[in-house]
Amino acid sequence: MTTRDLYQRDREWHPPALAPDYKSSVARAPRLALLSLQSSASELTGPTFGHGDIDPIDNDLIRNYAKSGDPIGERIILHGRVLDESGRPVPNTLVEIWQANAGGRYRHKKDTYLAPIDPNFGGCGRTLTDENGYYTFRTVKPGAYPWRNWVNNWRPAHIHVSVFGTAFAQRLITQLYFEGDPLIAKCPIVKTIPDQRAIDQLVAALDLNATVPFDSIAYKFDIVLRGHRSTFFENRPEGN
Amino acid sequence: MVQALNYLKETASQTAGPYVHIGLAPGDAGFDIYARELGRDITGPNALGKRITVTGRVIDGTGAPVKDVLIEVWQANAKGVYPGSGDVEDGFRGWGRVIPDFGTGAYSFETVKPGAVQGRNDRPMAPHLNLWLVARGINIGLNTRMYFDDEETANAADPVLNLIEQTHRRNTLIARAEGNTYHFDIRLQGDGETVFFDL
Ligand SMILES: [Fe+3]
Repeated sequence: MTTRDLYQRDREWHPPALAPDYKSSVARAPRLALLSLQSSASELTGPTFGHGDIDPIDNDLIRNYAKSGDPIGERIILHGRVLDESGRPVPNTLVEIWQANAGGRYRHKKDTYLAPIDPNFGGCGRTLTDENGYYTFRTVKPGAYPWRNWVNNWRPAHIHVSVFGTAFAQRLITQLYFEGDPLIAKCPIVKTIPDQRAIDQLVAALDLNATVPFDSIAYKFDIVLRGHRSTFFENRPEGN
Repeated sequence: MVQALNYLKETASQTAGPYVHIGLAPGDAGFDIYARELGRDITGPNALGKRITVTGRVIDGTGAPVKDVLIEVWQANAKGVYPGSGDVEDGFRGWGRVIPDFGTGAYSFETVKPGAVQGRNDRPMAPHLNLWLVARGINIGLNTRMYFDDEETANAADPVLNLIEQTHRRNTLIARAEGNTYHFDIRLQGDGETVFFDL
């Protein structure tokens, strides 16, 4: 396992902790400065997962919870690569997703939105990237849903994505959106991100090359994790 | 003009939202889907060392418990070795997911007490757990550490605790022992705000 340092995280690219238009952040944002910490083994190692941890059906959200038939909704293939900032693929890393059903309702005991639960849709999936960093899921496109922030806020259709990488300091959770959705530009959670280019990077592209004719439309979503520094000149007695 | 560096940018973080359990701990969302949920057992059955329980709450800026938080733990074994960087007991993953009680916000998990770990430039670090918190309202996961109050000498020499300029804030990272149970509250904001790291 590599224990090379990581590129510094660009905190101006990520959302700040405090983003008042996203009201839930106000009481949950640390107010003091983060302590900058040069990484050690504690941050540069991380858990690993193997095919014994998951089942092959786990990445098929159309089938992994189905009881009496297929879930309702627009069938989609979601695929892409996990790369690092140097463009290198991140193989054998765990990717987990969760989402609302086609009506915008989550299968969660705390979700009370009036759209119906789909008896054939659980709403979560997981997979390992292959040796080239590729991952694939099959699912249905989630619906937009209302949420309590301003009086009338609607989340754009989105899928939550969790990725590991090889170092605990690469750990990342984000959300992917869908090309062409007019709600993206209006969403206070999307707008916690200050840079429009960073937002664009969260929008999955319609990918006709990956569609399954007469079956599923497709979206491509690449995920980038922090890159590793080179090990040139690593013999300096005090490190670098 | 100069050449382009052509680095990619790290994908921006977004909040895990209120329903993070669906993806990462569906049993806690109220349904079973996976044969094996990940992160339910930090140590595996063969781990050596002192068995401990860690308990506490995550508290927001108003003093209320954060009931929808999800915490990930990453730790070395009792000898101070992380999986992947040396030999560890068979089945020791050193990683777990902790979900507080939705009613009270209290969390509790079992593990073994880690050993001292080799830090940068071969300086030992006092035994500690690495924690990562995500929840609704947290825009990018928060990294912190939990140290042990029965490791006074090691803590006093720990290179990370010693980076904290306001010495009284070091205590925000030190759990209080009561038998084999360690109490550790995490304060997101306000009086006694926990030290969080930019790694
Ligand atoms: Fe959501």
